[in-house]
Amino acid sequence: MKKTLYRNLRRKIILATLAVALFPLILLGETIYYQFARVYTEKIEDQIKYRAEAAGNALEIFLKERTAILTTIVDTHTVEDLKQPAHLSHAFSVLNRRGDGLGLVDMGVIDETGQQVAYAGPYHLKGVNYFQQPWFNEVVTKGHYISDVFLGYRQTPHFIIAVRALDNGHNWILRATIDSDIFNQLVRTAQTGRSGDAYIINQAGIYQTQPRFDGAILGQSPLDPNRFAKGATCIETRGESATAAYYAGAWLKNNEWLLIISQDSRMENSDLTGTRQTEILIIALGFVAIIFTTLLTTQATVKRLQRVDAELNQANAQLMQSDKLAALGKMAAGIAHEINNPLAVIGEKAGWMQDLLEDEAFKNSPNFQEYQEAIDKIEQHVERARKITHNMLGFTRRMEPRQDDVDINAILMQTLELLGHQARLNEIELQPDLAPQLPIIASDQSQLQQVFLNLIGNAMDAISAAGRRDGCIRITTRRQDDQLCIEVHDNGPGIAKEHLRRVFDPFFTTKATGKGTGLGLSITHGIIEKLGGSITAASRPGQGTTFSVKLPVIVPDKK
Amino acid sequence: MDTFRILVIDDEVDFLDTIVNRLKKRKLNTIGVTSGEAALELMKEQLFDVALLDVKMPGGMDGIETLREIKRIQPLAEVILLTGHASVETSIEGMKLGAFDYLLKPMKFEELLQKMAAAFEKKSAHDKKIRDAKIRELTRYPSRVFEQD
Repeated sequence: MKKTLYRNLRRKIILATLAVALFPLILLGETIYYQFARVYTEKIEDQIKYRAEAAGNALEIFLKERTAILTTIVDTHTVEDLKQPAHLSHAFSVLNRRGDGLGLVDMGVIDETGQQVAYAGPYHLKGVNYFQQPWFNEVVTKGHYISDVFLGYRQTPHFIIAVRALDNGHNWILRATIDSDIFNQLVRTAQTGRSGDAYIINQAGIYQTQPRFDGAILGQSPLDPNRFAKGATCIETRGESATAAYYAGAWLKNNEWLLIISQDSRMENSDLTGTRQTEILIIALGFVAIIFTTLLTTQATVKRLQRVDAELNQANAQLMQSDKLAALGKMAAGIAHEINNPLAVIGEKAGWMQDLLEDEAFKNSPNFQEYQEAIDKIEQHVERARKITHNMLGFTRRMEPRQDDVDINAILMQTLELLGHQARLNEIELQPDLAPQLPIIASDQSQLQQVFLNLIGNAMDAISAAGRRDGCIRITTRRQDDQLCIEVHDNGPGIAKEHLRRVFDPFFTTKATGKGTGLGLSITHGIIEKLGGSITAASRPGQGTTFSVKLPVIVPDKK
Repeated sequence: MDTFRILVIDDEVDFLDTIVNRLKKRKLNTIGVTSGEAALELMKEQLFDVALLDVKMPGGMDGIETLREIKRIQPLAEVILLTGHASVETSIEGMKLGAFDYLLKPMKFEELLQKMAAAFEKKSAHDKKIRDAKIRELTRYPSRVFEQD
């Protein structure tokens, strides 16, 4: 039952400690991780947003530059001049030569009717009519136009820039084709890392440049451009934080094209993943350390508790023993007193009868002998009862212990001398093993003598009762810190375990009726306690018994 | 040893009578009373050599009180205390008040006789000293014979 109690206690302490220690650890870990992840995400978003803006500006300049060149040409030339193929070719070749990497593929002059009247470039497009093309109207009304990427007659992706000029009340148009590759390369410069991408889609979500990963130019992009507000740089996130893909969009070309810079955090977030793993490792180590420490300290605490509990129980048992002895003593004294008075009357009456028997008249009585014997018996048994009651009274006698200068070894030697004769009769060897130079202590000489007489006498009784021939009683003294230890060990039959607990109880005896009162050890116990010491008995049946007396070393006052 | 005057004080009548009888049978001049009050009355009238006093008497004067009074009335009378219990303190207190000795009931009769004899001897010796002193005084100042009360 006690075991379960301790097990429950241990479990409760462990659970409570772990809960209190681990919960904040987990909470802290999670919080730090999410804070870190948020900051990290913000950093990535800021980065790609900035890149999108920068790349957007570069592309705008690219387009504006080319538009400006065409505008300059139409403003500084007449249509008649440029209509002549030689002049157009000259202008085209000068442009390509001077403006390195302008990316112009060809140039054409278109009249009011949409007819391409002059053409310079690798294709044979002179005479093609653009009147039906949607951009034609647009360029006429707006003055300049940049198309989406398309395949056109030549079946390769390209886009055109067209500007309108007015000559003698007639509109004419200069059109240039921009090499898609050069434009693609420019867009690609915004790509970063192993997973970064940069491409342009139009309002309908059609790729205008070749994306790095999935998709092809003029293919449909999975992104919905309407999600990105016009005229601003926006961020879109897809997926969960650890595996998210980030998209920054910047609108170009009067909000017709959307430059997308994307970053896949599955690749970019490897720092974050590493951080998470480090954190998990630290927390796991913390867990192990906390659990280990908790188990260890709980184990130690409960063990300590158990030990204290056991000590307390022992102290309680001793206290109970003392209480029991005190109560029994009081009762014994009461009984002894009540019996002593009638016993005294009986004794005196018998004595009186004895006195009367001396008279001549009685001496001649035929039953004189019978009377005499009866009276003797009465006196004998009054004497026996008297011994018992006087012992009982002695048991509670509250004699203040005297403060003699006591040499324990000397008292023991005296006691052994007193008992020497009896020991020889019973063929018992007395073996004193006394530590030399024990301190003189302040105690009660005669009461201690009484104690040793009782203990050694009991030992002799035990040995002779068992009828042993090799009886031996060993008496040892030694100093142990601030106590003197006196041990009386006999090799008698020992005391049964169930009797050992009760040896100090008053009236407990295993001797034959009339041989012992069962008070000797009680009185001994009382004396030793009064002298501030303690007495314990240890025994194993068949191996003898050891009584250990411990007395405090009290230095006598100097007289 | 001559017969001497003994007063036994005990409230236990059976005990008292028997002790008195036994002492009388030994030709000792013995009187028994059952209370402290009666003992004091008696002591005011006649002298005793030894008093045997039960320490614990329920009702009336207790033993110690009686002892104190006896020592006041007859300071030279020796008192032996009798007790049925282990109140050694009471006995020691009694001894401090001038009691000769104490005995634990039930006592051996022989022991009682011995103690009484010792008490009487002490008292006799004391009496003798007083007598000697008086004789010395009288031989020195014979006229003082007439001043005696």
